[in-house]
Amino acid sequence: MTALLEVNGLSVEFDLKDGTVSRVINDLNFSLTAGQTLGIVGESGCGKSMTALAIMGLVPMPPGRVADGVIALAGEDLLGASESRRREVRGNDVSMIFQEPMTSLNPVYTIGDQIGETVRLHQGLSRRDARERAVDMLRAVSIPAPEKRVDEYPHQLSGGMRQRVMIAMALACQPQVLIADEPTTALDVTVQAQIFDLLKELQEQTSSAIILITHDMGAIAEMAQRVVVMYAGRKVEEALVDEMLTNPKHPYTRGLIACVPHLEAKPSEERKVLTEIPGVVPSVAELGRGGCPFAPRCAEAMDRCHDEMPPEIIAAHDHKVACWMHVMAP
Amino acid sequence: MLDACDGAVMTDTENLLEVRDLKVHFPLPKTNPFASAPKVHAVDGVSFDTKRGTTFGLVGESGSGKTTTALAIMRLAPITDGSIRLNGEEICLLAGEPLRQQRRHMQIIFQDPYSSLNPRLRAGEIVRAPLDQLDVGDEKIRDDRVAELFRLVGLRPEQQALFPHQFSGGQRQRVGIARALATQPDLIVCDEPVSALDVAIQAQILNLLRRLQEEFGLTYLFISHDLGVVQHMCDDIAVMYLGQVIEHADRLSLFGRPLHPYTNALLSAVPSADPALRDRADRIRVSGDPPSPIDLPPGCRFASRCPFAEDRCRAEEPRLRLIAEGHQVRCHLVTDDGSPPPHLAA
Amino acid sequence: MMISDKPARPDKQVAIQVERPWLEAWNMFKKNRAAVAGLIILSSIIMISLLGPLAFPADPFAGAGPLLSPPGERGFLLGTDQQGRDILVGLLYGSQSTLMVGAAAAAITITIGILVGALAGYYRGWVEEVLLRITEFFQVLPPLLLAMVVVLLFSPSIVTISLAIGIVSWTSTARLVRAEFLRIRELDFVKAERAIGSRNARIIWTIILPNAAPPLIVSAALSVGVAILFEAGLAFLQLSDPNVMSWGYLISVNRPQILEAWWPVTFPGLAIFITVLSVSLIGDGLNDAFNPKLRQR
Ligand SMILES: Nc1ncnc2c1ncn2[C@@H]1O[C@H](COP(=O)(O)OP(=O)(O)OP(=O)(O)O)[C@@H](O)[C@H]1O
Ligand SMILES: Nc1ncnc2c1ncn2[C@@H]1O[C@H](COP(=O)(O)OP(=O)(O)OP(=O)(O)O)[C@@H](O)[C@H]1O
Ligand code: SF4
Ligand SMILES: [Mg+2]
Ligand SMILES: [Mg+2]
Repeated sequence: MTALLEVNGLSVEFDLKDGTVSRVINDLNFSLTAGQTLGIVGESGCGKSMTALAIMGLVPMPPGRVADGVIALAGEDLLGASESRRREVRGNDVSMIFQEPMTSLNPVYTIGDQIGETVRLHQGLSRRDARERAVDMLRAVSIPAPEKRVDEYPHQLSGGMRQRVMIAMALACQPQVLIADEPTTALDVTVQAQIFDLLKELQEQTSSAIILITHDMGAIAEMAQRVVVMYAGRKVEEALVDEMLTNPKHPYTRGLIACVPHLEAKPSEERKVLTEIPGVVPSVAELGRGGCPFAPRCAEAMDRCHDEMPPEIIAAHDHKVACWMHVMAP
Repeated sequence: MLDACDGAVMTDTENLLEVRDLKVHFPLPKTNPFASAPKVHAVDGVSFDTKRGTTFGLVGESGSGKTTTALAIMRLAPITDGSIRLNGEEICLLAGEPLRQQRRHMQIIFQDPYSSLNPRLRAGEIVRAPLDQLDVGDEKIRDDRVAELFRLVGLRPEQQALFPHQFSGGQRQRVGIARALATQPDLIVCDEPVSALDVAIQAQILNLLRRLQEEFGLTYLFISHDLGVVQHMCDDIAVMYLGQVIEHADRLSLFGRPLHPYTNALLSAVPSADPALRDRADRIRVSGDPPSPIDLPPGCRFASRCPFAEDRCRAEEPRLRLIAEGHQVRCHLVTDDGSPPPHLAA
Repeated sequence: MMISDKPARPDKQVAIQVERPWLEAWNMFKKNRAAVAGLIILSSIIMISLLGPLAFPADPFAGAGPLLSPPGERGFLLGTDQQGRDILVGLLYGSQSTLMVGAAAAAITITIGILVGALAGYYRGWVEEVLLRITEFFQVLPPLLLAMVVVLLFSPSIVTISLAIGIVSWTSTARLVRAEFLRIRELDFVKAERAIGSRNARIIWTIILPNAAPPLIVSAALSVGVAILFEAGLAFLQLSDPNVMSWGYLISVNRPQILEAWWPVTFPGLAIFITVLSVSLIGDGLNDAFNPKLRQR
């Protein structure tokens, strides 16, 4: 199967106020085929949202810029494309659900207007057809009484409903790639489960590809086939989900999986002390000093880790990791 | 409408905290001058006991009244009705100086590490404030205590001079924990203490809380919507829905044999990294959102979303019943000998 | 601005080190160039108002030359007004009373505003009801009329004028303070204060108020300007102290001639503008100075 979306050597830089440049994304590679869901996990600030924005062509510039790399959608280079072409792609072929469901809807327009606007803009539908389409979309995301809801304003909806409206908007033009940036962080688990079911169902119908950004390994396990673990702007590990969960190679991934108290069906009497990843993510200013970015927090770190950036190696079938431990003893 | 089942209502010296039929109703502005003012039934008849040195968990969806329960126990929310006993002393009716003195024995840790620390005070002053306000010891003792607290929560002494914004989220939460520990309270209310933190930092804070509990014999009232965290931290758990406790059991029974349909729905909704749990056949899904806490439905509050609801459920409100040692459930379809609703058992 | 993870120095003393907070605030203030400029301008205006009358001993009310002589001619740097009075002398002599009225009236405005707003916003309930009704009462009365009544009840003097201006203009400050209190009292750190047994007085004055300071400082600076303008308005209605020269008085007596001669109104107006501007620049700098988020370690 050929890749639908390919990201190659992507780097994003920001000019900081003090005149220095910070690389918030560094040499990122991954690809995605139609009908597939790719998970991106990592701690806050590791560049997950920025990756999404880069694919959407929405990196705030200035002060930011895509410094390097290729982003290709079905073979077409997006970074080299004209701004008008990018606008066309955005919403039509690639669309995004943002992190905050509360602030990404405009409070002064009805949700029907907001969904309709997207299809009128991108597919040139008439006002009446756009409204029809909006009702259909609301029905598709299982909002009850869509004919009535279409004329309501965002504040009249609950958080879960608003997130469904966001999904309806993102899917209105049947994009090939849907980027969901922590779509359920603000929602309850029962509502999160509904949203996940909905995304899976819609994906089956349209065979679009999904990039799911989250910090919850459980959500990844539930939703994705493939997962990329990011740390400080770099990909540190990539594998199929089951492989990643059963056989994590990078110390950071191991930490991420072990530090969460996972829900067990039959809990035991005794409770272990949770594994900790010591310290915090280094700030952008501390990055780029050579060496593995995780080395200061890594229990396995060797001298070499502090001095040289580990290369990405293939540790197992379809399993890539950037860690010196696995270079030394493959 | 006293829902607490009789078996549990017994004063017991090993209980640090006893909450009986607690109600917090917030009146809303009148929309119709002739009707009575509508009110939010934020907490609607909650009862539980917490044994000394253990962790009591409150779980439930957003808006189910967990925070309001916690604030009422801390005497920071207006109490409509009910009784709260701390160390055997009724604190619902305390006011003024006696209430202030009582605050020595109970403290709270908040969810948001950003809004819970005064941005204009230094970390050292923040941790010292409870000692100053409640007149604990002299200057020297307070200085020493602050230094010790910083060490206990894993902060360095010179960080006392920093302002909150100079800390990371996890470090701020440590400052909040140090403040809560300052007066050596018996009860610490933890309102979603790790929800705003990164997963890797969560583990650090959870371990810290457990270590402190062991060291000082603390009792926690622990609120979270993350069932994995609750399972890890709590000894007894109450599941809340729309201001009521719908199931209450010890850790092993609640997670090992959940009886209420909502508890089951909650547990099945948790995305799991464990394939066995993920592909379980008995995962149940609920649809829709909870009804409004202003106009409550007549029958079971969960009936509108419950996959098993019968006519009776919609008409008659179920009582919280004791169906096994320490296991209480509020559902018509759970039998007295503790079998779950028939569909669930199948 | 995260602290780096260098190991703790064991010899470091552990007592809370609040290192000369005023010095730190001053250092922060200095970084705001506009505020420093404002401070220089305002200090110059104050210096001039103190020294000017000594350097140019004259009677500001006496005619000194031809009527409406344009600026720069016949030795009158800023010209003369319709009674032949030297505008420069008027400005010099008027500055003292203008500044004094501005400062005193602003102080009264802010004090009443903070008191009413803080108590209403913090205590809510019937306290808020009563204070809001009082605020509304003062709001619906026409301010100029109310001020006239106050001034007429006593005889016009700097004190009564400041008092009158303060009494009519505190309501907007009170509303601002109340809104800030309503917002801040719901924040967790205020709940935490109550949880540690802090008394209400501490919570109101040392916890919430400093956090409400930024908009309050801006509003205080603005109210100095409003007070100066209000004083001009009262002067226009002959309700100023007839024996005291002020900028407002100059503007008001010369306003009818503005089409024939721009200078008798423009220079005092410019003086008011520059004063108000410098005060608000300083307010901005004070905001920076007391905002720890901007402070470096
Ligand atoms: N305007 C900006 N100027 C400088 N750095 C920026 C800017 N915007 C973002 N960054 C940096 O880019 C990095 C990546 O941010 P991003 O929002 O992608 O993180 P994330 O992984 O999505 O985190 P979260 O889980 O918190 O959403 C961060 O370190 C952030 O500090
Ligand atoms: N001061 C108040 N006035 C009116 N209603 C309130 C007030 N505080 C809380 N409520 C309402 O009471 C109900 C319970 O709220 P509470 O904050 O206790 O829920 P929670 O279980 O802590 O939810 P979350 O998980 O979102 O924190 C909600 O419907 C809320 O809107
Ligand atoms: S009482 Fe009925 S509606 Fe309520 S939880 Fe039980 S089965 Fe569901
Ligand atoms: Mg993000
Ligand atoms: Mg809450």
